[in-house]
Amino acid sequence: MIYQDSKTLLTVRKLHATVNGIEILKGMDLTIKSGEVHAIMGPNGSGKSTFSKVLAGHPSYEVSGGEVEFEGRNLLDLKPEERARAGVFLGFQYPIEIPGVANSQFLRLAYNTVQTERGKDELDPLEFDDFVREKMKLLEMNPDFLDRSVNEGFSGGEKKRNEILQMALLEPRLAILDETDSGLDIDALRIVAGGVNQLANKDNAIVLVTHYQRLLNYIVPDYVHVMESGRIVKTGGKELALELEARGYDWVGAEVKANARVNA
Amino acid sequence: MSTTLQNLVNQPYQHGFVSDIESDVAPKGLSEDTIRLISAKKNEPEWLLELRLKAYQQWLKMEEPQWPNVHYPKIDFQAISYYSAPKPKKTLASMDEVDPELLRTFEKLGVPMNERAKLAGVAVDVIFDSVSVATTYKAKLAEVGIIFCSISEAVRDHPDLVRKYLGSVVPVGDNYYAALNSAVFTDGSFCFIPKGVKCPMDLSTYFRINTENSGQFERTLIIAEEGASVSYLEGCTAPKFDTNQLHAAVVELVALDNADIKYSTVQNWYAGDENGLGGIYNFVTKRGLCKGVNSRISWTQVETGSAITWKYPSCVLRGDNSVGEFYSVALTNHYQQADTGTKMIHLGKNTRSTIVSKGISAGHSNNSYRGLVRIAPTAAGARNYSQCDSMLIGEQCGANTFPYIQVNNPSAKVEHEASTSKIGEDQLFYFAQRGIGAEEAVSMIINGFCKDVFQQLPMEFAVEATKLLGLKLEGSVG
Repeated sequence: MIYQDSKTLLTVRKLHATVNGIEILKGMDLTIKSGEVHAIMGPNGSGKSTFSKVLAGHPSYEVSGGEVEFEGRNLLDLKPEERARAGVFLGFQYPIEIPGVANSQFLRLAYNTVQTERGKDELDPLEFDDFVREKMKLLEMNPDFLDRSVNEGFSGGEKKRNEILQMALLEPRLAILDETDSGLDIDALRIVAGGVNQLANKDNAIVLVTHYQRLLNYIVPDYVHVMESGRIVKTGGKELALELEARGYDWVGAEVKANARVNA
Repeated sequence: MSTTLQNLVNQPYQHGFVSDIESDVAPKGLSEDTIRLISAKKNEPEWLLELRLKAYQQWLKMEEPQWPNVHYPKIDFQAISYYSAPKPKKTLASMDEVDPELLRTFEKLGVPMNERAKLAGVAVDVIFDSVSVATTYKAKLAEVGIIFCSISEAVRDHPDLVRKYLGSVVPVGDNYYAALNSAVFTDGSFCFIPKGVKCPMDLSTYFRINTENSGQFERTLIIAEEGASVSYLEGCTAPKFDTNQLHAAVVELVALDNADIKYSTVQNWYAGDENGLGGIYNFVTKRGLCKGVNSRISWTQVETGSAITWKYPSCVLRGDNSVGEFYSVALTNHYQQADTGTKMIHLGKNTRSTIVSKGISAGHSNNSYRGLVRIAPTAAGARNYSQCDSMLIGEQCGANTFPYIQVNNPSAKVEHEASTSKIGEDQLFYFAQRGIGAEEAVSMIINGFCKDVFQQLPMEFAVEATKLLGLKLEGSVG
């Protein structure tokens, strides 16, 4: 939701990034204020997922130009774990399996690390158990998931719920959800989206990276951005997503090229 | 490999100091005279000297084993001193008489030599180079008939027991290093749990090599009579030297009817530096005999040190319904080499064995599991379950599994499972994205990987092992 008095959370200016020497982001600009929900859409290979990973600091991606400011700090100076502790959360498109590590143990360590960063008390295993079970209800998750290894043998939908559970625990300032809707059936999509909606408030912001309009029926964005060739080429309101759903992406590209000719 | 992973595995060795203690060191070299000297220094009975000389004669005819998957220059057995003892070596009436420098050494290592110490509740026999310097809680254990002392004292005070069992599980000519040990062993622990007694506390031996160019050849003998049970712990460290030291121990366990022996080791000998210079050659023979029916012998080992480890704690399951267990974590880093595993020899009916082996390799190290499961024709209804998992950290290390399975009874059931996994950058990034740094992430992954083994360790040891693995791996992950 757009608020009058909201503060700027994230400013991305002319961001360039490469992976294995190939430039994927080519001058990305984006400003996000607290309370807002942004959707980033675009065809395969347009750089959406790269953008989320670069914000989170994935070591395979190299920033080759531009700047990113997060709550007044230079985000690019921070290590991935420092970004997370500062309140940047990435919901993974393909959550990683960690055999042998109990989900409860992993969640508690993550939670306590972030709590410590915020100057708050840690929770012991018993306190945490009560706390996490409460949060799991939000996502209609079976408590059995606490005893299983992190994401190991989880179905696609279970993994995505586990991601949103982590978002609920860590209460990030900026949550980037990368293709959270992929692999979800309609019931799971409703539950996951419901969870995200409950977590959205006027102090945080959410970025939804998605291919399809479907998710946006449940989580209504304030802004819809279309990415192509490593940057945002068009921005509109929620109705833009409907238009994309109806007409595909090709016309956006054509329109961009036409504008470029006019401006030239 | 990323620098985080690198840095994580590359932790400095914390026990690498040398204590300035005056020692009585025998001249280098091995001959019958050396053996007579050791035997004389220890005032040994004639039968023991004969056993030593017999072992030496057999050793002379044997060849150093070439089959382990480890590589090192030929050992010059004449360049080793076979006896080193801190002076003065006199019988101590109480802990207060122990050389304060020795006490400080073990305090630094975290070994409770003081019975009033915080970690009390574990009886400790402390071996410094070649001799036992102290044994705690002896009197208290004696009240229930348990004998816990150095093997030298046992030879002196309980010669019949020692003579009956010494070499009964590992014969003097069993293998090259066992023969060498039998010829030159200087001290070790002896422990006897009489019929029906459950040992009221964990027993423990702590080994420390201090002198450069001295070998350590300790001999441990544990006997649990009918219905007795004991949990035994073993820990070891050594200073940093650029040369390699040889550690060739023999451990023998005997379990009679319904007896239960649990033997846990945390091995942290100096492993050499990051270029593979120095470190201990840990060539050890450990074997338990489940002699009686329904007896059980369980080995748990956490092997993190030594330049080279060559060790197969084994169980001979002779008694019907007896049980053998082997739980192992072996971690190698830098240029360490480990060839370790177990042997489960099923002779009795309905004997059962379990093998859980977890190998972790980092740096340029090489980690092999080698295990034998043999079901004799007499072992009707025998069962074995083996699980061997390897984890690789980085690109330069190696992991191997050499399982040998020989089944000679059609009613036996043998299962073997193996897996290999890798700590990857994506896993570490996932942790990082949740605020968790690489060190904590690796320690969590490793502990998860080793959980099945750590669960078998006594509480304090499990905590110790967890910490130790964390330290060894610090700096290895990138």
